[in-house]
Amino acid sequence: MGNPLPSSRAAEAFPAGLRVLIVDDDPTWLKILEKMLRKCSYQVTTCSLATDALHILRERKARFDIVISDVNMPDMDGFKLLEHVGLEMDLPVIMMSIDGETSRVMKGVQHGACDYLLKPVRMKELRNIWQHVYRKKMQELKEVETHSIDEVINILRNGSEDIEDRHLIDETEMSSMRKRKDVDNKEFVDQELNDPSTVKKARVVWSVDLHQKFVNAVDQIGFDKVGPKKILDLMSVPGLTRENVASHLQKYRLYLSRLQKQNGGTCGGNMQSDHINKTIKGKFGLKSSTNVQQDWELTKYACTTENFQTHGIVANAAHVSEMNRVAPAQVIASKKALVNDAQLGLFLSFKGMLPSIREKACKPLHDERPVMQLMQYPEQENYSVLEGYSCLANPDRDHEPCFDHFPSSQPLITSATCTNGKDMKDLYEMKPLQPAMPPMACTIDSVSIQVKHGLVNLQDTGAICKLEGSPSIEDCYLDETCNQGCFPLTYEVSLKSKSDSDSMLEDLHLYSVQKLSYLENVSCTGTEIYQYIDSVPITEVQRINLCEDSEPSGEYLYDPVDYSIDEYLFS
Amino acid sequence: MENASGLQRQLARMKKDLFDQGYLDEQFDQLEELQDESSPNFVEEVVTLFFRDSSRLMANIDDALQQCPRDFHRLDNFLHRLKGSASSIGAAKMKNECTSFREFCSEGNLDGCLRSFQKVKNDHTILRQKLENYLQLLRQVGPVDKASRSGS
Repeated sequence: MGNPLPSSRAAEAFPAGLRVLIVDDDPTWLKILEKMLRKCSYQVTTCSLATDALHILRERKARFDIVISDVNMPDMDGFKLLEHVGLEMDLPVIMMSIDGETSRVMKGVQHGACDYLLKPVRMKELRNIWQHVYRKKMQELKEVETHSIDEVINILRNGSEDIEDRHLIDETEMSSMRKRKDVDNKEFVDQELNDPSTVKKARVVWSVDLHQKFVNAVDQIGFDKVGPKKILDLMSVPGLTRENVASHLQKYRLYLSRLQKQNGGTCGGNMQSDHINKTIKGKFGLKSSTNVQQDWELTKYACTTENFQTHGIVANAAHVSEMNRVAPAQVIASKKALVNDAQLGLFLSFKGMLPSIREKACKPLHDERPVMQLMQYPEQENYSVLEGYSCLANPDRDHEPCFDHFPSSQPLITSATCTNGKDMKDLYEMKPLQPAMPPMACTIDSVSIQVKHGLVNLQDTGAICKLEGSPSIEDCYLDETCNQGCFPLTYEVSLKSKSDSDSMLEDLHLYSVQKLSYLENVSCTGTEIYQYIDSVPITEVQRINLCEDSEPSGEYLYDPVDYSIDEYLFS
Repeated sequence: MENASGLQRQLARMKKDLFDQGYLDEQFDQLEELQDESSPNFVEEVVTLFFRDSSRLMANIDDALQQCPRDFHRLDNFLHRLKGSASSIGAAKMKNECTSFREFCSEGNLDGCLRSFQKVKNDHTILRQKLENYLQLLRQVGPVDKASRSGS
């Protein structure tokens, strides 16, 4: 299963093209189910061994929306597979069996199956499996919505410019942010509230760090006395809800109890670390950075770009040791973006925002950095640019906020370059991925933002994250099922908690368009700007030295590029 | 033309018999519906696959029944899989007999098991024969049949 190019899914509408992994040791059923699923216009991968299935799921290249598995398999119990998938990939799993005994079905539900089909399975039952994918998505969004709105309300109440609450970020990371209060933030908030539909949404993903916190909390409380509320309090991760913790706890419990059975209770002490290791491995893949993929697989239908995701998470993965350097993500509007009339692609490249990522041995994340939850964007929303985009040292505070949300579904691939007003050479260090790499975000000295406003049509636009190891630009194209420019370009940003990392932003920050005029000078049409961008020397890799004081740290999380830009900016 | 329709009628009759006698159920219809231009021999392929796999399973069951002491748990596993397999092509008689077989198994009733297994083997053999005939006829009738069948 290769990387699906946008064009391959262009013609199909959801749920067609749903990527299904089917696991069954019975060859006859495997053949029949495969045929049935294909007839539903789904993309099918078959597997007769559970171990193979897990391997496929963990592999970087393979991407799936849903897994269907038989309960009785020779190499691994279907319920065990279910558990693994739930813990590691968080995909919806449907169980199947000839056996419809209540106890079995109940076991399936307990282990997290989203459905339990009885054999013989009819095609009409398979036709509807997309609902599980969709439902999961909706649930996630709901969760997020609740957060975001709460946070915003909080801010309003407190009248604080502190964007802390608006992020689902760990508090320690925010300390550096506080020093960079920005008037624009407040403006952003106002705008955000005016248009509640554009509240940024994020979703909880149990990254290694987060999970480590969870486990620490559990340890502290004592496994026997543990409860979601207690864990939540101990973890003190803003934005995490009791429900998030509760569901994760359930999975954890199941996992441990199974391990216990396996080990015969002898290695109880090691269980936890074992679990962590396994989880980490599971989440991030064992050896190669490419395995990190799956953790980001969560909302495939919400448009994901493969490379983007992979690298995003690689950025802070525990196995960072493999990656000597993490290229900060730059989201670049696709070349195709700008052919439409008067549509500019939003083009943000982060300049001067992030510390350079130098080669160094990266320690496991949980040692040093607080972790941010990963943000994902739903495909149909408008995005607010905001929540806490603190501008980098922007002297001109009286500028209008550069990004406003549009009520319309504007394209949202944005990349902005921002200077921190200091050294113009401050750029992201981007390691050229390949010699023939397409242009990456370039920085232009005098511009704080280059904006290209593109259309949401995903065929045209694509967020390209040029991250290390990214093989090609095509890989970064967003999944076309995302009918709006939702770019779940989420990265986890982990900052070294150094107080002097003033200028570091743990999030993707939009900058006020200081020099909009620049843009005007450049051109107002997308194509032109785009071309302009193209012409800027791109392969140049410049070092960023964001914080003079702080040591650049390795990983950043960028909020996806979904910014609507106020049209007037470009007029 | 007449020959073709004659064959079709014959085919339809055969199928009806198989259904009436309880050898096949509506799952088999599902299989036929799945057959299309992209998989023109789907039914035949699936049926072949089934008989190959089920024969292997049944050999395992045979072994398990010969073993002393009998491992009923292992036997049950095989049966579970055989039952699942039978359900794939709609082999109704086999499937039902497997259910009885499993019951004897859970009781540890060796005698019951042996009798039941004999029935399963018989059903298997008969079904195989009948389906071979059916498929042969199906091949003769060819794609025309699909059109007529979809109309019915």
